[in-house]
Amino acid sequence: MRGNAGYWAWVSLLLALIASGLLAYADQVTRGLGVTAMRDQVSWGFYIGNFTFLVGVAAAAVVLVIPAYVYGWRPIREIVIYGELLAVSAIVMCGLFVFVDVGRPDRVWHLAPLLGHLNFPSSLLAWDVLVLNLYFVVNFVVVTHILYRAYTGRHYSTRFVVPLVLLSIPMAVGIHTVTAFLYNGLAARPYWNSSILAPQFLASAFCSGPAILLIVLQLLRRFTSFELKNEAIWKIAELMAYAMFLNLFLHGAEAFKEYYSDTEHLLFTRYWYEGLGEHRTLVPYAWAALVLNAVAFVLFIVPATRRNWVTLNVGCVATYAGVYIEKGMGLIIPGLTPDTLGEIYVYYPTLAELRVAAGVFAVGFLVFTLMLKVAVPISLGEFQEAEVSGEGRHRAVAPAHG
Amino acid sequence: MGDTMSSDTPHPVTRRQFASCTAAAAAGFLLTACGPRRLREVPKARLRSMLDDLEREYSKTYGKAVTVSDTPAADGVVFAYALDISRCIGCRRCVYACVDENNQSRDPQVHWIRVLSMDKERGIDFAHADAYYDAKEVPQDGHFYVPVACQQCRNPPCTKVCPVGATWAEKDGIVVIDYDWCIGCRCCMAACPYGARHFNWSDAGIPNEQVNPAMHYLGNRPRPRGVVEKCTFCIQRVRKGRYPACVEACPVGARKFGNLLDPESEIRYIIEHKRVLVLKEELNTMPKFFYFYGT
Ligand code: SF4
Ligand code: SF4
Repeated sequence: MRGNAGYWAWVSLLLALIASGLLAYADQVTRGLGVTAMRDQVSWGFYIGNFTFLVGVAAAAVVLVIPAYVYGWRPIREIVIYGELLAVSAIVMCGLFVFVDVGRPDRVWHLAPLLGHLNFPSSLLAWDVLVLNLYFVVNFVVVTHILYRAYTGRHYSTRFVVPLVLLSIPMAVGIHTVTAFLYNGLAARPYWNSSILAPQFLASAFCSGPAILLIVLQLLRRFTSFELKNEAIWKIAELMAYAMFLNLFLHGAEAFKEYYSDTEHLLFTRYWYEGLGEHRTLVPYAWAALVLNAVAFVLFIVPATRRNWVTLNVGCVATYAGVYIEKGMGLIIPGLTPDTLGEIYVYYPTLAELRVAAGVFAVGFLVFTLMLKVAVPISLGEFQEAEVSGEGRHRAVAPAHG
Repeated sequence: MGDTMSSDTPHPVTRRQFASCTAAAAAGFLLTACGPRRLREVPKARLRSMLDDLEREYSKTYGKAVTVSDTPAADGVVFAYALDISRCIGCRRCVYACVDENNQSRDPQVHWIRVLSMDKERGIDFAHADAYYDAKEVPQDGHFYVPVACQQCRNPPCTKVCPVGATWAEKDGIVVIDYDWCIGCRCCMAACPYGARHFNWSDAGIPNEQVNPAMHYLGNRPRPRGVVEKCTFCIQRVRKGRYPACVEACPVGARKFGNLLDPESEIRYIIEHKRVLVLKEELNTMPKFFYFYGT
């Protein structure tokens, strides 16, 4: 894998983060999860927050796949493969976040069907394990097949790929629904026990996943000979605006229910938006997320700002940040605070947690980078086993690469 | 760039590779078949020999003779608890009796019972409860006390969510955890509406001289780090016909315990004749822990 200085700086940074994460994780393994700030009152924290967010990213490939395959909309079709690469890396990170969160990593094989004992169908985490793995396999197979075929100079087999891609659409909805149900089914936690949680999850996922992809695609277009029509980018931004509208609307609906009915369950929503007594730690995050999401919505719904590169990218970053806050810690922490007996424990991730989490993200980015490194030249047709007739290639044009 | 890509010729599997794969698979299967399983699936005879090993190990670690009992649930018994709210004075003696009996970690502190101080004016209201009241004298004016531990739900949300089946309700109604099978995912903690489950965030700190050597394999044997634990109605005592430690420790006799299926039991008398309530009844967990007003 050759590359320029920028590439190597990036890879070295990721490797350094991974090394630091590994060290922190080794410490966590020797001393126990006590090195995190999680306690009985807030028993899930930063790790599970990131897991939840990333399941959304993994699921979001679908927003690109639907128009591409269902409507055969050409410009987007080319980028589906990148959406799937993103899904694969996101799932790797999801798995790692669950792994670093469990108290007994030496026993995770207890989850393996046949080997261990999977409490299926009653446990939603068991469902999650199954669907996430299946989704991973489907995406991985599709990606590998397309790239392998492109490498050998042939077009991918439509009969093989299209059914799998069509299958991955309901599966993407499925993984995120199951993850939502994991929280949703817990009557002990009123903040999660609301029937619009799954739709909310999907709506926010359809914002955050494409936000990342839009930035990646622009970078690819700038630094490689990858071609992508502006319309494709704008179309995705437009779809994101609708998803963001839905997301904001669902949040509003939930807030209305809580505030107007004003039952004892309002507590959790109030902890998030207003704080309870002197406990106001989350309030700035809550409003930051709301403002960021609203800004992103406006920037993407107005055609002029959607087509302006600066505002487009500001919108992407705002979406990413807004959804990250709201779907990660903004979901987990108010869900668990106050705890079931009314106690408020203020949770803040420790340095150990931050380092481990940064390491996991670095692994994901590294996987994504390396896969791109393979995928881009192949799908551009720059990198083939043998010369074949132009029509058989994945892309007709194979421009020279400097 | 093309030179870095390896050839894609398929590798035919050699006979040797095939043989070693098969051997590895067989070894893996044997390991799992004979290796650790959920304790509820282990045949009686083997369970006893596993517990003998544990006894030897614990005896060595703590420098005293430890017994690990495997007394099973008796037929015709479903345990239930009742607590007289009008009598409880919030002294927290039950909390520490529980710690001593059940080998809970002293450092960091783990308490299976949390005694909540509540405002008389508000009634039972968790949002305004105080688990850390620090009074020179109890009971305090205007307050009453609600001790909360595992409610031994008949419809327990905690066992439903466990992805590996490491926790279940026994025939006599006691909800238990297999400390050797729990993976520490903490789903059960998120699911329990009573904050009854506790995680071992660090190694348990129990001074050797304070270890209670009378253990049960599903109860008070020392918990490894990284797993969840909770009140088991003192399974090691009640299955031998004794009262839970907290019942014995309560100085005002606010705690009652017995067999729900026995029509002559005190617990049945209370349920039939007193004002009884269960916590968070709207969640349909159907606790076997009843609160009542004795006076
Ligand atoms: S009180 Fe909590 S731990 Fe006990 S059985 Fe009910 S849900 Fe499970
Ligand atoms: S923490 Fe242990 S007992 Fe609780 S759900 Fe996870 S595996 Fe089951």
